[in-house]
Amino acid sequence: MASIYAGLTTSHVPAIGAAIDLGKTRDAYWRPMFDGYEFTKSWIKEHMPDVVILVYNDHASAFSLEIIPTFALGCAEQFAPADEGWGPRPVPVVQGHAELAAHIAQSVILDEFDLTIVNKMDVDHGLTVPLSLVFGQPAAWPCRIIPLAVNVVVYPAPTGHRCFNFGRAIARAVDSYPEKLRVMIWGTGGMSHQLQGARAGLINQKFDHHYLDTIGPDPQALVRMPHLEYLREAGSEGIELVMWLIMRGALHERVKVLHRFYHVPASNTAVGHLLLENQV
Amino acid sequence: MQPQDYDDIPGTTVFDAERSRRGYHLNMFCMSLMKADNRAAFKANPVEFLQRFPMSAEQREAVLKRDWNRMIELGGNIYFMAKIFSADGNSFQYAAAQMTGMSQEQYAQMMLSGGRSPEGNRSKSEGQDRG
Repeated sequence: MASIYAGLTTSHVPAIGAAIDLGKTRDAYWRPMFDGYEFTKSWIKEHMPDVVILVYNDHASAFSLEIIPTFALGCAEQFAPADEGWGPRPVPVVQGHAELAAHIAQSVILDEFDLTIVNKMDVDHGLTVPLSLVFGQPAAWPCRIIPLAVNVVVYPAPTGHRCFNFGRAIARAVDSYPEKLRVMIWGTGGMSHQLQGARAGLINQKFDHHYLDTIGPDPQALVRMPHLEYLREAGSEGIELVMWLIMRGALHERVKVLHRFYHVPASNTAVGHLLLENQV
Repeated sequence: MQPQDYDDIPGTTVFDAERSRRGYHLNMFCMSLMKADNRAAFKANPVEFLQRFPMSAEQREAVLKRDWNRMIELGGNIYFMAKIFSADGNSFQYAAAQMTGMSQEQYAQMMLSGGRSPEGNRSKSEGQDRG
């Protein structure tokens, strides 16, 4: 049987991707941030998943305003890096796991989470920057990846409570898949940041530290946080943090925090990263 | 428009369904810049290129002036507007600095110093209380 054994959270700032692609990771500006991922890069080599379910948001790349799915599961064999306006990132094509994705779709829809099935989709920095942070610059990504795109661009994003319960449904779906597969789930985006208007540049370190400290041991304390609080405290783009709750919902009630990292700034954004392992 | 609880957050425009409706053609113009041919046509003749989209005169003017805050007022969304400043060869920090009325150097320094504090920036009423 397939099962989820660990999860991680990470920001997915586009400038991080540019720093990697342009060979700037050892520059004084970037080095402290990339150093914060060294633990996870080593750990994952010893604990390589067969499949990563990667929760992220599309940034007006695959989805314009024509169709705005709240939850969209990538069920294709593969996904090409998107051209976001300056050419696609020089990263490998993402190999999906179409069989497991189809199983998850069927399972969660019957479990009353009516997601959208996507059989053709390019993936933007929201998905590829986390892969680069954890796997570096390989010729091919070392595992299969199932993209799960969440709408956080057009308000309202799904609630934290909905996201958490959706994560639980995903875990049930994975558990009922007959093939033996080691699965990780990654929740990306955040932490506090605001990219628009006169309040652009907002960073709330107190909020971010509380979120990082709480999501492992006591996610129930976060799931009822109203959207207004995210917008006010973490900035208009900080609401991406609801995606972390999908990851958390898919893990066990008890998790061990293997690694915790926080850094300000990456361009306009506070970077937060956790590596969580399921406990029985 | 219906008043919303998030209207109280200063310097912040939440891109909700109503703004998405008003900004539809502006944002779809932005989306067109993901194709190299369209970027070239827009650069060659911006006024003519904008005529391809049923946008308002105000929206077209804001695009030509690269007035990001005005675009947001008229239904623009930052992730769509990013296609414009990316096509211009500029970064998120460049656009963010312009939206806040700072130079890019000042803005970058603010981020290095820990970013804009939420203190005094949570609600319009809080800002008024502090005079």
